[in-house]
Amino acid sequence: MNDNLIYVTIALFIASAIRISLPLLLGALGETITERAGNLNLGVEGMMLMGASAGFLTAVRTQSVLLALLAAMLASGFGAALYGMLTITFRTNQIVTGLALTIFGTGFANTMGKASVLGKPLSSHATPANIKSFFAIKPLSFDISAIEGKPVIGPVIKFISTAFLQHNIYVYGVILLAVLLTVFLYKTRAGLNLRTVGENPYAADSAGINVIRIKYTYVIAGGMLCGLAGVYMSMVNIGSWVDNITAGRGWIVVALVIFVRWDPLKAILGSFFFGALEVLKFYLDIVPALKSSLFFNMYFLEMYPYIMTIIVLVITYASKKGTWVGPASLSLPYFREER
Amino acid sequence: MIRIAKKDDLSGLKANLLRVSAVLLGMIAAGILMLFIGFDPVVTYREMFKGTFGSSYGLINSVNIAIPYLIIALGISIAFSMKFWNIGAEGQLVMGAVFATYVTRILPPETNGILLMVLMALAGMAGGAFWALIPGLFKAFSNTNETLFTLMMNYVAIKFTLYLRSILWKDPAAKGFPKIASIPVQSRLPKVFGIHIGWIIALILVVIVFVLMKYTKKGYETRVVGASENTAHYAGMNVKKVLISGIMLSGAICGLAGMVKLNGMSYTLSEAIGGGDGFTAIIVAWLAQLSAPVMVLVSFLFAALKQGAQTIELTMKIPSSVTDIIQGMILFFALGSEFFIRYRFVLDSRKSHISSSENKGSSAIESSGKINEGGDHQ
Repeated sequence: MNDNLIYVTIALFIASAIRISLPLLLGALGETITERAGNLNLGVEGMMLMGASAGFLTAVRTQSVLLALLAAMLASGFGAALYGMLTITFRTNQIVTGLALTIFGTGFANTMGKASVLGKPLSSHATPANIKSFFAIKPLSFDISAIEGKPVIGPVIKFISTAFLQHNIYVYGVILLAVLLTVFLYKTRAGLNLRTVGENPYAADSAGINVIRIKYTYVIAGGMLCGLAGVYMSMVNIGSWVDNITAGRGWIVVALVIFVRWDPLKAILGSFFFGALEVLKFYLDIVPALKSSLFFNMYFLEMYPYIMTIIVLVITYASKKGTWVGPASLSLPYFREER
Repeated sequence: MIRIAKKDDLSGLKANLLRVSAVLLGMIAAGILMLFIGFDPVVTYREMFKGTFGSSYGLINSVNIAIPYLIIALGISIAFSMKFWNIGAEGQLVMGAVFATYVTRILPPETNGILLMVLMALAGMAGGAFWALIPGLFKAFSNTNETLFTLMMNYVAIKFTLYLRSILWKDPAAKGFPKIASIPVQSRLPKVFGIHIGWIIALILVVIVFVLMKYTKKGYETRVVGASENTAHYAGMNVKKVLISGIMLSGAICGLAGMVKLNGMSYTLSEAIGGGDGFTAIIVAWLAQLSAPVMVLVSFLFAALKQGAQTIELTMKIPSSVTDIIQGMILFFALGSEFFIRYRFVLDSRKSHISSSENKGSSAIESSGKINEGGDHQ
């Protein structure tokens, strides 16, 4: 295999890892703000599925990208609101409630998928052509044929273009969102309030922060982001409907949030890394030595995100006292009366 | 200003009435959702009921589904009563089945059936205990968050089994189809009343866990550790030991559920052997407020729902996923009802909080001890 082909393959590998990691990143951003408010929502898988089905249905019916995204946010936001009402107002156990939401969301999505709401089951439809072409627009792509042939700079430009510039607006939008969320979280008053609620809601309340309102806001907003992640999978990444379309990615999202330690900026790299592990199996042909090794077989590759998350978890807790191990009030209910 | 106040303890009857109406409300809410999607809820519920209770086949199948729910819920309840949030039952079940399968791979295929069953049960328990021990050790020695740890362990176990099925243990006789060889016929669990003896194992376990948790020193220690680790320390208990042995027991029972599913139902190991039972059982254990006898009832209710849903898919072409909607709705309402059993909304003028603001610093820690109020209520 010549060098040029290897470079191109690596660039294509990076590009497809970015594509596959996008829903992971979106979901992780949603779960990050939820957990930062002290709510561990294990309903990510359910919310992603709700968004994926409601959004896809709307896409097929209205041919409108905007309405599809809105429907996805409404559906998953509804799921998150249910979870929020139970865990925040009714103080139910967050773990059990989250699992219940995953069960509900899965049922909701798969029933919508099979029900003949459109005359024919959802699975017999594909993403409408106009939506497909909308997501095929690559705003940063430019014609490189003029510089391609030049020495040194030519191949570099080609590599960068292939790997990073051939994506749709959604990809760049989500990466920008991650950056903005980081700024929001660490540099603004509202972000500080959010973090305080997650660390110590009692102190936050004493400082005059409306804990309940903040919790509701970020639980629902986080759920909406999960829905946007789901609809991207059904509408763009897969382009049709199949049952359980997210195929466990909601759980990878939960892992990812811990893996990057609740940091939106690190989530960009973390999601890329998990996405790369997912698509690596298609690209191993260029390194036969790896392809035949035990540790690079596709089943082990699927296992690594979880193992690495465990390792991060273990290292964090084993390191010296005072190390931040995540929002301190995570998964604990807030009893205002007991301040 | 609306505020929330603690209720005086509701009488058992009133509380249970509230719980039953929550289940009914959940079914009604799911029915309304069904209407929106385009199914007639009355017909759906009627056919589901017929599918479960209308024939001995339906009933037998329901019990079959309930067996793993019940066994796993029992295992989980031990960990939960220590406030060790073991949500890794699915993985512990899978590892139990993996260890049990390993026994059949090292022993000659003509080994005596009963011997095989006993060894497989022991191996299954060892597998589940081992899988729970890993997060357990980290919890005991560096206080690592067990919820997240056990959750991740599920997927490690599932992916590992997928690897076993596709590569390492792939049956060469299956003509290229990735499948692990079935367990020997004589090691299949025998049937009593048309149902494999897993149901007897489950009921025996109900008694054992009930007695263990209520009437033995071990159970007492477990509950004290759950209520307050500090108290347990002062009382001279070896908290780490109680924690680790409890977690291993919890995992062992979940592992046994894996062996029961393997030897009683699927007869072959695959990564799907858990089928989500490990997660459903968490909810069963929780709704039963960690009481072993109540778990019998709740697990059967959940199984009946699932069986009914499988019937309507066959007879009425209504997707069986409808059951997840119903289950989810029932769960939401049942979870919410616990709040109304313990608290009430009061309309009054704002009261000052000065008197209670003294222990602000410690309240975050205290509230962690209150997370499981439902479970302590028995």
